[in-house]
Amino acid sequence: MEATYKAPETLIDTPTHYCPGCGHGIVHRLIAEIIDEMDIRGNTIGLAPVGCAVLAYNYLDIDMCEAAHGRTPSVATGIKRVHPDKVVFSYQGDGDLAAIGTAEIIHTANRGENITVIFVNNAVYGMTNGQMAPTTLTNQKTLTTPHGRSEENDGYPLPVCELLSVIEGSRFVARTSMTSPKNIIKTKQLLEKGFQTQIQGKGFSLIEILSPCPVYWRMTSVDSLKFIDEQMSKTFPLGIFKDWDSQN
Amino acid sequence: MTLTEKNKKYLLTGNEACAEAAIQAGCRFYYGYPITPQNEILTHMTTRMPQVGGTSIQVESELAAINMVYGSAAAGARAMTSSSSPGISLKQEGISYLAGSELPCVIVNIQRGGPGLGDISPSQADYFQAVKGGGHGDYHTIVLAPSSVQEMADLVFDAFDLADCYRNPVMILADAQLGQMMEPVVFNKEYKPVLSKKDWAVTGADGRERNIVKSFYSVKGELEEFNAKLQKKYRQIKAEEVRYEETNIEDADIVLIAYGTCARICKEFLNKHQPSDVKVGLIMPITLWPFPSDIIQKVSERAQAILTVEMSAGQMVEDVRLSVSGRCPVHFYGRTGGGIPTPKEILKKISEIVSVKEKVTCTT
Repeated sequence: MEATYKAPETLIDTPTHYCPGCGHGIVHRLIAEIIDEMDIRGNTIGLAPVGCAVLAYNYLDIDMCEAAHGRTPSVATGIKRVHPDKVVFSYQGDGDLAAIGTAEIIHTANRGENITVIFVNNAVYGMTNGQMAPTTLTNQKTLTTPHGRSEENDGYPLPVCELLSVIEGSRFVARTSMTSPKNIIKTKQLLEKGFQTQIQGKGFSLIEILSPCPVYWRMTSVDSLKFIDEQMSKTFPLGIFKDWDSQN
Repeated sequence: MTLTEKNKKYLLTGNEACAEAAIQAGCRFYYGYPITPQNEILTHMTTRMPQVGGTSIQVESELAAINMVYGSAAAGARAMTSSSSPGISLKQEGISYLAGSELPCVIVNIQRGGPGLGDISPSQADYFQAVKGGGHGDYHTIVLAPSSVQEMADLVFDAFDLADCYRNPVMILADAQLGQMMEPVVFNKEYKPVLSKKDWAVTGADGRERNIVKSFYSVKGELEEFNAKLQKKYRQIKAEEVRYEETNIEDADIVLIAYGTCARICKEFLNKHQPSDVKVGLIMPITLWPFPSDIIQKVSERAQAILTVEMSAGQMVEDVRLSVSGRCPVHFYGRTGGGIPTPKEILKKISEIVSVKEKVTCTT
């Protein structure tokens, strides 16, 4: 009997270091499925960030390169300029991309760099025990906002897709979530679209994925998914923010 | 302007010579940010790279520049960035990562006065930063110090070869004087790059095991093992790559030690202003790391004294003192903040160390 559903070959068969209920494992699997289905395993170079996903190279069986905190898009640029025929993707969290790496992501998009960025937004710094992230919601409690994020003191949740969508060099910018099988399938479609944008040579693509962090949200896994659907998606609405194809 | 005619002398600034040498050494990826006094490197690269099918990007920050170098080096290419002191400080994070991931590249520092924004005059005050690591962690970059526009070109060829040979970042440590002045240059036409097989590079894992370029070690003991490997490499570099020039050191009473612009000034002193009753020799380190400790130790066994001349408040002199280890007195003469030592000042300092009987005419 033929197996109709199996683990992707690009996903290394090993336990991950991620916490229970974390979204990274699902995102890794989606990337691995897409690489298999597009048959680009030997042709793809991935960038691992500083943060929870620093060990992404332990799970994805492709050439991978680590980058300093926030510098992933610059390192990806350096690689892509040498190998314009390869598929180059950068995998980043919210602290990496939207705090310490804000300049890099904006200018990489502005150059229209032909890479794909996978932005996993879980609204906290998970690796360092759950401090406030640039994407932490207003009033959300974290290790460093014990009374909830204060707009007066800490500013506002940073809307990355909205910011990047007005940049001319961005070609495909979308936000999605992982809260249901339906949303996971949708996420995969958007990731595919991101990779296709690059393969077709159109330029910069970014897919933001709202992802649960039950441990540092101090919630059960089920409540974490509800939190994304009921609260996080209000601050960060899902959808396609820039689709150059449909505008041209 | 094409600069590739055989055996022709070109009149260039040190910055232009350095940039053109990089292109002729096979560098096809350059990333830079404007800062005086090194702007001619960025300008030359943005003009010349498209002519040779290369990439030159004026980037948003020094951080982006050094990390793009990291990416292109990881992808297996010869890559370079350049800046001046404040910009080099910003690059230190990236240089530590390059060293930690054992990536070959060339970084040019056209030093200016500091600390802080300082000024745009020549300085050698980034010596510590360059030779002791500069960023976090136990690492070294190989540091080459040119003292003429010709060397601004020649040492860039060597820098790319050394970087590839040892999988290590190499820094060209020059200064505003060397970057801005013009001298005739002949490019090394016979140059054939020492190309190592970069089977560790990320190029897509087609038909082979995957490659991972990283500096993170999460398993206990792995990082210590990696550091031991790095230190072994550094010992090999120290054993094999020390370079310096020497003049009249065999019977010298006083040995001057200086690099870069100060080495030129000391040379000028030796050629034109040497006192007849005091024998003065000169050691000019070309590699600042690895430092030419052995020759300095050797001369310290017979010289009356050593005089280190720098455009700093006294940085290389610490390495000189470590090399001498108390065998003879080590004196220092330095200028800071754009001040450049003159032969006259060197003579005055020498006469403070030993008695110079003859009245020597030294007008400069």
